[in-house]
Amino acid sequence: MTLIIKNGHIIDPANNIDTIQDLYVIAGKIAAIGHPPTDFNAQQVIDATGLIVCPGLVDLCARLREPGYEHKGNIKTETNAAARAGVTTLCCPPDTNPVIDTPAVIEYIQERAQEVGKAKVVVLAALTQELKGQQLSEMHALKNAGCVGVNNASRAVNSAVMRRAMEYAASADLTVFIDANDPALSADGCAHEGVVSVRLGLPCIPETAETIAVARELQLIQLTGARSHFYHLSSARAVQMIARAQYDGYPITADVTTHHLFLTEMDIGYFNSQCNVRPPLRTQRDMEGLRSGLCHGSISAVCSDHQPHDIDAKLAPFPSSEPGISAIESLLPLTLRLVDNNILSRSEAIAKLTHQPATILGLNAGRLDIGNAADICIFDPERYWECSQQNLISFGKNSPFIGWELKGAVTHTLLDGKLVYQLNRAENQ
Amino acid sequence: MIQKNIQLDNQGRLKHLLTLEGLTRQMIIDILDAAESFTSVAGQAVKKVPLLRGKTIVNLFFEDSTRTLTTFELAAKRLSADVLKINVRTSATSKGESLLDMLRNLEAMHCDMFVVRHAESGAAHFIASHVAPHISVINAGDGRHAHPTQALLDMFTIRKHKGEFAPLTVAIVGDIMHSRVARSQIHALTTLGVSEVRVVAPNSLIPTAVNTLGVHVYHDLSEGLHNADVVIMLRLQKERMQGANLPSEHEYFQRYGLIPEKMALAKPNAIVMHPGPINRGVEMSSEVADGPQSVILEQVSNGIAVRMAVMSLVLGRPLEGTMT
Repeated sequence: MTLIIKNGHIIDPANNIDTIQDLYVIAGKIAAIGHPPTDFNAQQVIDATGLIVCPGLVDLCARLREPGYEHKGNIKTETNAAARAGVTTLCCPPDTNPVIDTPAVIEYIQERAQEVGKAKVVVLAALTQELKGQQLSEMHALKNAGCVGVNNASRAVNSAVMRRAMEYAASADLTVFIDANDPALSADGCAHEGVVSVRLGLPCIPETAETIAVARELQLIQLTGARSHFYHLSSARAVQMIARAQYDGYPITADVTTHHLFLTEMDIGYFNSQCNVRPPLRTQRDMEGLRSGLCHGSISAVCSDHQPHDIDAKLAPFPSSEPGISAIESLLPLTLRLVDNNILSRSEAIAKLTHQPATILGLNAGRLDIGNAADICIFDPERYWECSQQNLISFGKNSPFIGWELKGAVTHTLLDGKLVYQLNRAENQ
Repeated sequence: MIQKNIQLDNQGRLKHLLTLEGLTRQMIIDILDAAESFTSVAGQAVKKVPLLRGKTIVNLFFEDSTRTLTTFELAAKRLSADVLKINVRTSATSKGESLLDMLRNLEAMHCDMFVVRHAESGAAHFIASHVAPHISVINAGDGRHAHPTQALLDMFTIRKHKGEFAPLTVAIVGDIMHSRVARSQIHALTTLGVSEVRVVAPNSLIPTAVNTLGVHVYHDLSEGLHNADVVIMLRLQKERMQGANLPSEHEYFQRYGLIPEKMALAKPNAIVMHPGPINRGVEMSSEVADGPQSVILEQVSNGIAVRMAVMSLVLGRPLEGTMT
């Protein structure tokens, strides 16, 4: 099978490519860029005139809801949504049911994902058994089964267990993914402690729930040398702490979600449960701090933290509605909006969605190296579409961005050179 | 979306009463004026007016209450409405779907108004944004968010004793952090333009950013009461000791309990209020609670007139001359 993507504007930040060129695919792999390989004969042609051709996106955190929460989505529906979003590799955190703490669950997820064939799915295994924060998971066995890191969702782990877990993960050469949250301080909170929570009387989560956890984990990282990634920073102060530690040479990376880059506590308005997320939406100052962390590079990836829900999950008074956003389909257009907002160049924005998150996961993905799998995202940067319940193909329609006009639409997604998504030209114009 | 202020209809009239935030000064005055005209009803031999005859009002209480529930019930009956009381244990309906199911069932019985009390902030907004369009919702207390009718009856009581709001200094003492009453009082007082609203408590009972609501924070009771015209004491829940907000009731009373010597620091004609029920010897001593400056029982009886006013205004039957 041979394929040519013609006349596309290829942006591959990992290889410093940012020009209009043709891209050649042979047998599911990238064969050449610019000049055709010898005796190349295209069986399939994609005309990418006016479109951007970039590596398939890599999403650091997306919940597929399978196993355990199939009423909210499943591997088929959510990898379909991923393909539509231009995401070719996604990482699934361990808070499934049963949790990902045995090789069997990893094998199940990967087999299902391969059967469906819409996106490559990698997983994080639980740091502790059943995420209970007591006994370490069998990290070597889990690594052999294919996990790319370990994580304890945002469940409590005391300092002693965390220390040992980091030591053990470091010797197994596994990255520790950290949700920086002090459970005692966040308790039953559901909104940032500040002007909105005081007005609405919402149980609140102080900024210190994040910064204390960041401080503790940094100390433990220094002690144990564990390579670590900080998931979804939400406060400007945490960004400063991370930047400082990176300057001091700590082996750490961090990401931010699209919703923390575009929404603040104010968006809760009169109890909009679509804005119930963890960590909570914080202040304008925090949003600017996250944007500046992204701009300066201390935050190296943007992720969706995709959490599809059934309708009932959000149909409750704010504190008892379930947190999370069905976010994977708005990942690319919102990240591109940062380009229009002069926060990032287009190439930087794509880097935050491709090879940089891939590096965090330890994967050779998100780059158009010759010989690499032809996982490719092609999008129309000028095409507008409305984020609406009808337009989202994820099972979860829960998004605070419903009603937003988004710029940038994926037109083709290729996985190993095969088309797994193609925009219907008449679709949601 | 539920972003807009759903308690006003598209002509700016009160459709639900969920919070006092966002109501104009004139709207609050209208409610107080309407309540004024209802106070005479209690003195009549037949304590009824036919304003809401044929209307069905459901008191939907997901949290225990005696005073609020009773006064709402009396208010509805004095307006000649049919009243139904549903007491629901919070645990049984903590999930949104069953809450919505219950609402659908009640709607099917052709009710006109829900009076809702719920343990979660935002519950009244949630219900108001999901009921059929012909139904009005009155918030009888949701979590820590709001208790608008309580604050209105407090304003009514203050106005009766003080006349004008503008020159007043009002001190609210106690558990501001967990108090829906305090939040609603603060919105009402700042909207009515009192000269100073003070909150008095240790920092562990003061929510972050409370100053953004337009109040001054005091940690010392004597300073907080100095020259106050109105002193509002809040109820202290026993749970606050477990939650590490306070060390003990004893120490709280020593520092923040209202006793005659402290009360003497306020203006000589100052009044003392409390939303009830009082913990004697915790928030205040009996000398003050039962003393000449206390208007606590008056608050309770004013509650009926204020709730009659709110119900009749919301159901679109304003008394003549009370609406602008």
